Order: sequence, then C-alpha cells, then structure tokens
Amino acid sequence: MLGYIVKRLISLAISLFVASMVIFGVVEVAPGDPASFMLGINAQPDTVAALRSELGLDQSKLDRYLSWVSGMLTGDFGTSYTYRTPVAQMIADRMWVSLPLALYALTLSTLIAFPAGIFAAARRGGPGDLAVTGATQLGVAVPNFWFAMMLVLIFAIQLRWFSAGGFPGWDGGFWAGMKALTLPAIALALPQAAILTRVMRSSLLDILGEDFMRTARAKGLSSRQALWRHGLRNALIPVLTIVGLQFAFLLAGAIIIEQVFFLPGLGRLIFQAITQRDLIVVESVVMLLVFAVIMVNFLVDLTYAAVDPRLRTRV
Amino acid sequence: MSRNLILGGVLTGIFVVAALLSFIWTPDSVEAMNIANRLKPPSADNLLGTDHFGRDILSMLMVGARTSIAVALVAVGIGMGLGVPLGLAAAARRGGMLDEVIMRMNDLIFAFPSLVIAILITAVFGPSATNAIIAIGIFNIPVFARITRGAALSLWKREFIMAARVAGKTRSRISVEHILPNVANLLIVQGTIQFSLGILAEAGLSYVGLGAQPPIPSWGRMLADAQTMVSLAPLVALIPGLTIVAMVLGLNLLGDGLRDALDPRLKVVRA
Amino acid sequence: MSLLSIENLSLAIHGAPILHGVTLEIAEGQITALTGESGSGKSMTAFATMGLLPKGTTTAGAITFDGTDLLTQSEPQMCDLRGREIGMVFQEPMTALNPVQTIGAQVMETILIHKAMAPERAEERAREVLDRVGLPPDRYPLSRYPHELSGGQRQRVVIAMAIALRPRLLIADEPTTALDVTTQAQILNLLKRLVKEDGMAMMMITHDLAVVSDMADTLNVMRHGETVEAGPTAQVLHEMRHPYTRDLFEASRHQANLGAAKANAPLLSVQNVSRDYPLPRSSLFGARPMFRAVKNVSFDIKRGERVGLVGESGCGKSTLTRAILGLEPIQGGQITLDGDPVWQNGHPNLTVRRKMQVVFQDPYGSFNPRHRVARLITEPFHLLSDPPKGPARDTAIAEALTAVGLKPEDADRHIHAFSGGQRQRIAIARALIIKPDLIVFDEAVSALDVRVRAQILDLMADLSRTHGLTYLFISHDLSVVRSITDRVMVMRAGEIVEDRPTAELFAAPDHPYTRDLMNAAPQLPDFPEAQDAPHPAL
Repeated sequence: MLGYIVKRLISLAISLFVASMVIFGVVEVAPGDPASFMLGINAQPDTVAALRSELGLDQSKLDRYLSWVSGMLTGDFGTSYTYRTPVAQMIADRMWVSLPLALYALTLSTLIAFPAGIFAAARRGGPGDLAVTGATQLGVAVPNFWFAMMLVLIFAIQLRWFSAGGFPGWDGGFWAGMKALTLPAIALALPQAAILTRVMRSSLLDILGEDFMRTARAKGLSSRQALWRHGLRNALIPVLTIVGLQFAFLLAGAIIIEQVFFLPGLGRLIFQAITQRDLIVVESVVMLLVFAVIMVNFLVDLTYAAVDPRLRTRV
Repeated sequence: MSRNLILGGVLTGIFVVAALLSFIWTPDSVEAMNIANRLKPPSADNLLGTDHFGRDILSMLMVGARTSIAVALVAVGIGMGLGVPLGLAAAARRGGMLDEVIMRMNDLIFAFPSLVIAILITAVFGPSATNAIIAIGIFNIPVFARITRGAALSLWKREFIMAARVAGKTRSRISVEHILPNVANLLIVQGTIQFSLGILAEAGLSYVGLGAQPPIPSWGRMLADAQTMVSLAPLVALIPGLTIVAMVLGLNLLGDGLRDALDPRLKVVRA
Repeated sequence: MSLLSIENLSLAIHGAPILHGVTLEIAEGQITALTGESGSGKSMTAFATMGLLPKGTTTAGAITFDGTDLLTQSEPQMCDLRGREIGMVFQEPMTALNPVQTIGAQVMETILIHKAMAPERAEERAREVLDRVGLPPDRYPLSRYPHELSGGQRQRVVIAMAIALRPRLLIADEPTTALDVTTQAQILNLLKRLVKEDGMAMMMITHDLAVVSDMADTLNVMRHGETVEAGPTAQVLHEMRHPYTRDLFEASRHQANLGAAKANAPLLSVQNVSRDYPLPRSSLFGARPMFRAVKNVSFDIKRGERVGLVGESGCGKSTLTRAILGLEPIQGGQITLDGDPVWQNGHPNLTVRRKMQVVFQDPYGSFNPRHRVARLITEPFHLLSDPPKGPARDTAIAEALTAVGLKPEDADRHIHAFSGGQRQRIAIARALIIKPDLIVFDEAVSALDVRVRAQILDLMADLSRTHGLTYLFISHDLSVVRSITDRVMVMRAGEIVEDRPTAELFAAPDHPYTRDLMNAAPQLPDFPEAQDAPHPAL
C-alpha cells in the first residue's frame, strides 16, 4: 500500500514538472515579448529594455524558469505585470469563488448521477430506465453556458428567486455566498451529471453480467440486494475515473460559467490577464488549474486502492 | 435500422446540408447590418427573427454551422490522425518504453482541459478559430490513443494475432492489417461522439471569445451577444442554444445508433 | 421418494426453444449427473431449478422440490429457498467471487441474508465451513481476498458459500471443468464427501463421462434439450441403450489409429532453454524480480516423430511453445530447427519460421472475423519469398481444404459460417498450406465437444499417415495425448520430468508426478465391449 502511494507520488511529481515546463515553454519561450506588447508598438526601445529588466525578462530562460518554479514552491507567484501586485494574492482572492463553485457543482452532479444511474440500471429496459437515459441524452447535448443563461432568464429575470449574477463575497455570510453560487453550480453540474449518470448506469450493467453477481443470487440475495451489496462497489471503479476527469472539466467549465454570472473567480482573472497580456498571471493560473487536476487524479488513484483490494497488494 | 440511427442521421444531415448550402445561398446576408430592423420576432422575411444588428438569425445559424462543423471535424481529424497511430504503437509493445511514454503523455494532456489549452494558445498568439481547432484537437489525441490502445490490447491476446505472428508478420503490419480494421467500428462511433463534444467545446470557446473572431459568425458568439439582451429578446438567446442542442443531440443519437448497428458491445468513452 | 423431480420441463428464451420436455428425478443422499455436449440444455435445466433464468424465458412443466412447484414460486419465495435449501457451485471459480470482499464476508453473507444466525455465530459458522472445505484458519483466515487464492481454493470458497446453511440440494455446474486434473480430483472428492456427510442431494452437470462414471449414482444423458436416457450410472453405461449415449462413450474413449512413426534425422533441437519473466516489483527501487517459467529444458524431435507435451496450467508449456515458435526470445540455451536457430540477432529467424506452423485452442478466436477462408488460410504464404499466385494459389487452397475434409468452395465463405469443429479443420488447413516441417498443436482439441474431438484426432492421425507430419502436441490432458503421439514429455514447474515413448510411459510411469496425473484423471469404466477396442481406455 505504501509502495503504491510512493509510486503515485513520484508520477505526480513528474507530471507536475513536465506540466510546468510545457506551460513555461508555451507562454515565455514562444514568440512575442511581453514588455513590448505591454507598452504598445510605438514604445521606445530603451523603455522596453527598462521594463524587460524590471520584469526579469533579460535573464536567461533557464534562470527565469527556475525562479518561477522555486517561487511557486514557496508560494511566491511573482508580481502581476499590469497591477504590480503579488499574483499569489490575486489568485488567493479569486480561488475562494472558483473552488467552492467547482466543489458545489461536483457534489450536485454526484448527488444527481449516482441515484439516477442506479435507478436506471436496476430497471434496465423499463420505462424508468428509458426516461433517465432520454434525459441524459438531452443533458449531454446542452452547452452549460447556454443552460446558465436560460437559468438566469427563468429564475433571476422572470421569477426573481436569485440574482442574475455577481458575488456578495463570503463576508456577507455563508448562505448568501452559497445562494449566489447556486445557479452557476446547477448550470455546471447538470450536463456533467448527465454524463456521470450514463457512466454509472453502463458500469453497473457491466457488473450485473459478472459471474459473481450470479453467485450472489444463488446465495439467496434478491436482484436488488445483489446490486447494492456486490454491484455498486465494483461499479464504482470506472465511475471514479470519470469523477476525477470531471473535476478538470468543472474547473475549466467554471471559467466559462463565471463569465455568464459575472463571478469574480479565476476565470475572470484569466480573461482580464489575457486581454492585458499579463502573462505571469496567465501562466500561474494555468499552472494552478493543472496542479488541481493532477492532484485530484492522484486522490482518485488513492481511492481506487481503498475500493479495490487487488491494488493494495501490488506495488 | 434503429430509431436512434435514423433520427440522428436526419438531424446531423440537416445541419450538414444547411452548412453546405450557406456557401452558395443564405436567406439574407450575414454582414449587412440594419439597426432599424433589430431584434425582430420571427416573420416571413426573417424566419427566426433578427439579432441586435438586424441580421437574419437563420442565415447566421447556417453560416455558424459551417464554423462549428469545420472546427469540430478538423479537431476530430487531428485527434484520430495522431491518437490512433499512437494507441496502436503503444499496444503493439505493451509495457515497453514507447507504451509507457505514450500513456504518460496522455495522462499529462488529460490534465490540460481544452479550454486551458485554448487559453494558453490565445495568451501567446491571440484568439482565432485555429486556436479552437488546435485546443480541441490536442485534447482529442489522448481520447483516441486510449480507446485504440485498450481495444488493441484485447485483440493482441487473440489467437488470430498469434497466428499472424507465426506467419512472420511484423507488429506494425499486424497493427495495420488486423488490429486497425477490427477497431474501426469503435473509432467511427467514438469519432461521432468526439465530433459532438467538439461542437460543444467550440461553442464554449467562441462564447468566451477564444474561438472564431468577428465577422465570422459562430453559434457561441451569437449567444454571447444575445446574453446582454436576454430579458428584452429571449428568442435571440433561445434559438442558437436550441440549435446547438439539436446538432449535438443528433450526433450523439447517430453515435449510439451506429454503435448498435455495428457492434453493441463497443466500449465508448464519454467524458 | 425423490427430493427434486422435474417433469416435462420445456423452456424457451424469447421464443427460441431450449428445452423440450426434460424429465428427471433427484434423490436425497445421491449424486445425479446431467451430461451431454454443449447446447444440450444441461446448464439451463440447473438454472431453471434455481429460478435464475434470463429475462424473456417462458417455461412449461413442473419442477417439484420437496412437494412445492418451483416454477410457481414468487421471486421472494425463491430467494428464501436459494442458498438455504438449494445451493449452487459454478464452472468458473476465478470470476465467481466478488473481488472486493473478503472470503469470510462472502461466506457469512449466505448465512446472514437468510437471518439464520446472529452475526457472531455466523462468523463461527463461516469459519467451520471453510475448515470443512479444506481451507484451514492458519493459512486461510476470513480476511483473505479472492485474488490471493488459486482457482482450486476459490472453488472451495464457492462450495463453502453453497453449503454454509446445509442445503438439501446442491447444484454443481461443471464445477471442475476450469481446473487442473489434480485439483479436479480433490474438488470431486470434496463434493463426494460433503454429499455423504450431509446427506444432500446433488445435481452434477458435466460434459465429462469419466467424471460421471466416477461420481454419479444416477445418470441423465441430454441432447438438444431432451433427456435421451436415464437410470443408475453403471446400468446406463453398461447397457447404453440409446445410440447417442454409445456415441458419447465411444468418442470419450476414442483412440485414433496413428500408424508407426518413420522417425529418423533430428529436426527440432531444444538445448538447455530457459525463459524468464519479470515479476511486478516487490520493492520500489530494487531490481525487478524474475520468474523462471522454463528451467533448462532440453529435448529433440526427429523428423516424422509425433511428440506430446503435457502439464498443468502454469507449468511453462505455453511459454516453451512460444519460444519454440520464435514469438519470444529466450534467456538461455538454444532452439534450432534443421540446424538453424529460431531466434537470431534479437529477431525471429524467418527462414525457420516458414518451416513451422501452429494450430491454437480456440476455434472462435483464431481467425480474423473480417476475412474469408481463402485469405485466412493463405496467411502463412507471407513467409514465402515467392508465394504461389493465381491458379497455383487456388490449387494450394483447394488442396489444403480437401486434406482437412472441407470443400474447395468453402474458400469463399466467411469464418462465422463454420462450426467449432470445422473451424479447427480450417486452422489445420492454414497450418498445412505451406507444407511445414513441424506443426505445433497448442491445446488444439481442448475446446471441442467429445465427438468433434474424436473426429479432429482422426483427421490428425490420417494426415500424419498421408503427409508424414512431424508435430508437437501440447495438452493438459494425458488421455488425449495417448493415441496420437509416439512420445510424451511431462512438464512440471518449468522442467520436463519425464520424456519417454508413449506406450512405455502409460504402461509404467516413472516419475511420481506422472503417476499423480494419471491417478487423478477420472477413468471411464471398462465394459466387455469396450475391451475389444484396439487400445484399452485410460
């Protein structure tokens, strides 16, 4: 078990290292000079040079990479080119919107998908199953940002149950914050829930065909008891993979949904930074997103070992 | 033929025909603006109404279909063109260095959702439809590599592959001659699904301004434009959204129908 | 008075008839066997008794268990019976257990689901049953997971689950078919002991007449969903009133007429061959431990010789086969055919490859489903520098198909149009088409029903006489090897423990392991008619 964790940790470190190289490579080594971009085409060469040295762009690429990485390891993400404030501070402020939103959506999606998938699988081919699969077929086809607009139209503009956008901040109280995140979370969660429901259903149906399910029935378990006691835990193994993948989509999806609801999250930050050519902010936020995805997949790997004893005995 | 296959085929067919038709004819020009005629409800002149610049929405949708289909199709092409050979190569030497490298690369790309790739590219090169293609295409590579490898691995255990090896055929030749035809069904079905995901991704990217740029019409940007007026003219927001839903639904039904027709046991990935 | 009586049971799945009027009786304390070839409906009879039929099944007739008709019972009533009154053991022990639960939990579940005992008592009972089936607590605590056990041990767990509540009827569906012969003997003995100790009735489903004659008190022979003959085992096998029973029996003990070998010059030479596999790392940074699957093996095959290689699963025979075919490199020693190495400079040697062909076990998996027979059997032409084309190719195809008893016209058909036995003929045609010096038969008849197996063995013997074949016949089954080889090698744990002429080996096995194998194999009884056969049955 320990060996399994250590092996995963090593692969996690390698992934992070390669990801940081890729991001740094694309953003900083690729064509275009942030300093001349920031100052516009008419800038004097010596002004550009001064800004370059201020931003540390005159150092060698290796030095810049090393200082970027070592900075991030110590929590120093550098200074925004545009705002001249620490990037770490900017990210920390925005993270308190994006992360709760993604987790809220993941919770909703799982809470909807697990029961729906089990329900459909237990009634394979029946009207309940057809209704659920029909709904998921529609759910996977809906773009989440459009769904968000429709939610705003109905629940904010027509019914006035929620506000159409904006975020009061967590200072205004937990429930006020959660309320502001509710429509965005639903918009993010429903299309993902449709996918997860399908995965849960088909994974369970695969397990239902396994020999050990027949063994369970031969012991005297009803088909429902067999599904709950033997099917579910085995079916979870592929489902977990998708849950892990979905977290990546939810984080990325949150970036778009934040645009619909004018939420001051990482998405807004990254789009501002792109328009202002604030590359250090872009690369730090991207690195953070990638870090989050890799971490979640690491956690999923650990959960596998908890679910599947066969993994625990392997190294 | 199953109901899924017919319904999906018809829906997809309508959009493809509309997109092709838009090259030679649209009900109205998509560039001519007529502010006086803005935000009109559907009428005989403008079957689906007009947008905030007075442009005909039906015409915009037809030209937008072109963008969506082109982006998604090329992105699927990139994903298949690179992913399938990588998957075949990885499976041919299971557990070897190449397999290990390809699979780790896959894991790495999975850590970069296509939106993140698009953000990175846009940050450097500026936004364009090409960005959208590359971003979605890169993300498609590991999808195809993985399913090809998975299907190929189970084929490599089959005795007819052993028989081909005993007949002295090389691994690469066996991959092309025996493995590829036997994973083709799976690739067709998965390709349809990636196509539908590509349509969705393209819409999302152009909604946030990372996809096709004005004046090229795209469904995502039509929605972005409609958003500010959603309370005034809900139809302008409703219609492009429903169009996307119909196209994606059509492709998904087509994918399911193809799977049922070709081989119901195919293991398709949806994520 | 019988415990279970099946009367006139007919069954159809989605309208397709499976059983037509099956009638049989099973008495308490007795083992009743259902035998027949695949598709005879024997397993479906068992599932009907358990009430575990697929959706869309319609039934007629009656299955009376202890006075109640099971076909009229509601699902909750059947759930109450299953596991408590009727237990069942399945064919495939490797997949019959839930991989994510301990064996203790799975055995206890039978008890707890019927609320038969308090949980603490149930745990004690689970322990007792596991002891009874030969899984003592010191080596098999309740906390073991299925993946930590071998196939035979897992089958013991499945049996423990089935008998935990001392059911009155135990159904065993091919319980030893997936197991090695020595393990099979142990499991069969265990089942016999349990039936005797608990006075259970047992319904034993098996395709193997030798197992039947060894185990069963009563025998039902089934074919195409009907019982063709029933009665006390000894009587049925002795009288064999129905021609189908006789067919099955004859095919089971079939001995092909091989003819004398014309062996002379050495062809294949295997010298001190070793083959290693890397195991999963046991520690993170150490070197990967290696498993030596084949240990320093040496033997020769002469041109014209027919040699058998016998061993149980995991003994290294498949690994050795792949090395001989040049599919994998070896870590020590040398394999040469006609003096040329099979593997040279890190690559398989194509000049040697074209002198060898192979026939695999699975008649369904050994062909690319997308190709026609002509293309399938000409695949080895790829090995030739100047493969026949046009009419010469057609002639070669026609010759090969005719040699294996098929028609030249079959060349244009797809493989799914053929039965398992016909496919195995096509596989042999594919091996013959380039007139190889050596053919490897890798479990080539193991997946076939007895009567088809007898035909394929005859075909091999015929070809051997007409074409002067040299072959290596790999099998887990000693009795099959007997009639179609001149010499047998017995392999165990990577080593060849005995290598002698077939007749000698069967007359007086030298090595204790060979003797174990022979003793473990269930025997068909010798009846007066049977003794007239050219070779006495094993």
